[in-house]
Amino acid sequence: MAKYLLLKHYRGAPAAVNDVPMDQWTPEEVTAHIQYMNDFADRLRENGEFVAEQALAPDGLWIRYDGEGRPPVTDGPFAETKDLIAGFMIIDVDTSERAVALAGELSAAPGAGGKPIHEWLEVRPLYGEPPLITE
Amino acid sequence: MTAQLDEALLRGLVPGVLGVLVRRGADFAAAEDAVQEALVEAVRSWPADPPRDPRGWLVTVAWRRFLDATRSDAARRRREDVVDVEPAPGPVSEVDDTLHLYFLCAHPSLSPSSAVALTLRAVGGLTTRQIAEAYLVPEATMAQRISRAKRTVAGVRLDSAGDVGTVLRVLYLVFNEGYSGDVDLAGEAIRLTRQLAGVIDHPEVAGLLALMLLHSARRPARTRADGSLVPLAEQDRALWDTRLIAEGVDVLQRALARDRLGEYQAQAAIAALHADARTAEETDWVQIVEWYDELVRLTGSPVARLSRAVAVGEADGPRAGLAALAGLDPSLPRHTAVAAYLHERDGDRALAARRYAEAARSATDLRERDHLTRQAARLNAQRGG
Repeated sequence: MAKYLLLKHYRGAPAAVNDVPMDQWTPEEVTAHIQYMNDFADRLRENGEFVAEQALAPDGLWIRYDGEGRPPVTDGPFAETKDLIAGFMIIDVDTSERAVALAGELSAAPGAGGKPIHEWLEVRPLYGEPPLITE
Repeated sequence: MTAQLDEALLRGLVPGVLGVLVRRGADFAAAEDAVQEALVEAVRSWPADPPRDPRGWLVTVAWRRFLDATRSDAARRRREDVVDVEPAPGPVSEVDDTLHLYFLCAHPSLSPSSAVALTLRAVGGLTTRQIAEAYLVPEATMAQRISRAKRTVAGVRLDSAGDVGTVLRVLYLVFNEGYSGDVDLAGEAIRLTRQLAGVIDHPEVAGLLALMLLHSARRPARTRADGSLVPLAEQDRALWDTRLIAEGVDVLQRALARDRLGEYQAQAAIAALHADARTAEETDWVQIVEWYDELVRLTGSPVARLSRAVAVGEADGPRAGLAALAGLDPSLPRHTAVAAYLHERDGDRALAARRYAEAARSATDLRERDHLTRQAARLNAQRGG
């Protein structure tokens, strides 16, 4: 029983096999892609493996502390930031093998030409609680 | 009777009540729903109007709820014939009912997380929401996990013999991976194991109960006020719960006297030796190593071999510990942390600091990571200063 974060990137991941920008797909292909993602999440809900999902807007700002009594410094948005997260899903599964299998399934979402995108998804374990028995 | 409901007492009645419904012919999933409804009703009405026979009350209300549900189901499907289920006289004891329920909820066809969820709900009587909160998942997700688990075991006959080992593994998981939310899962695991020990006479059930009691005794000492972990050697032993230790040792001794050793008794024996030491320095590491030898012999577990290397390091010195570690797979969880500890005791602080930093990167929980990071930082600061 462990939780994993599946991270989907707009940019920064290695190139997908079927690497065509979404705005160059047909509207039907966009719809089919979204349907696949929704169906995937629904299946996880029915399995009892779903924890959370969230898509993120691409325009983010960088913010940092600028000293006592001063407003924070803001910068961006940067159109060319190397790494850009598109969204995430959190799953709760019995094994790491299961997390990998699910990520593989999600990566098969259809894209241009109705073919799987084969996009790279990042799988990151969440920290759990320390076990009581450690010796 | 006070207005405050004794929730543990109430939930202690759950397996027996559920067993009665199933024995009367109710299918498991429907019976379980009906018992949950009866529990909700009990929580509502008992404080003002306590029943004279709580178990009988629950059976009556749950059975009525089951019949109502079956009737409305049947009406919907126009199958009136299924409602003529009359309570059969019960030749089977409540003890057997309870035991069979444990076996059913830990059935090998269930995944570990499903078995844990079903056990907590059907044997423990926790609500779906409580279980969801304990495991930090949405309530809808936990509801799905439980109803799928119920469907999986729906065809399993309650009278088929089960393996107590599968039940113990599930209870061990509930105890050991109990999250620290509002629901005290470790406490719940102890309650369920104690209840199991009441219906089955098995030295390993007693062994697991002793193991849980002895580790639970250390809980007040294992975290600081800020939540950070305190290693065993640094714990304030005055904070250990002597009542739990005494009970754990007593349960263990009676189990060991049966001369049917198993992995839980061996682990409990190790915990008992730690509990027996007034200071970390007084720990009988030689005897602990002997118990680890037994544990390795019983399980062949690489994790047991790793813990054994730590004990060997204490009993025979860090070089011996490192030698015991040398043959083990470096990808084992905590392997690097053990190596760091042994290298520090061997006087190689530079290597120990590097190993602690590596171990921190591969930790699977935040408090362990922070502890290991502090160890690395402490050694680096000593070397720099």
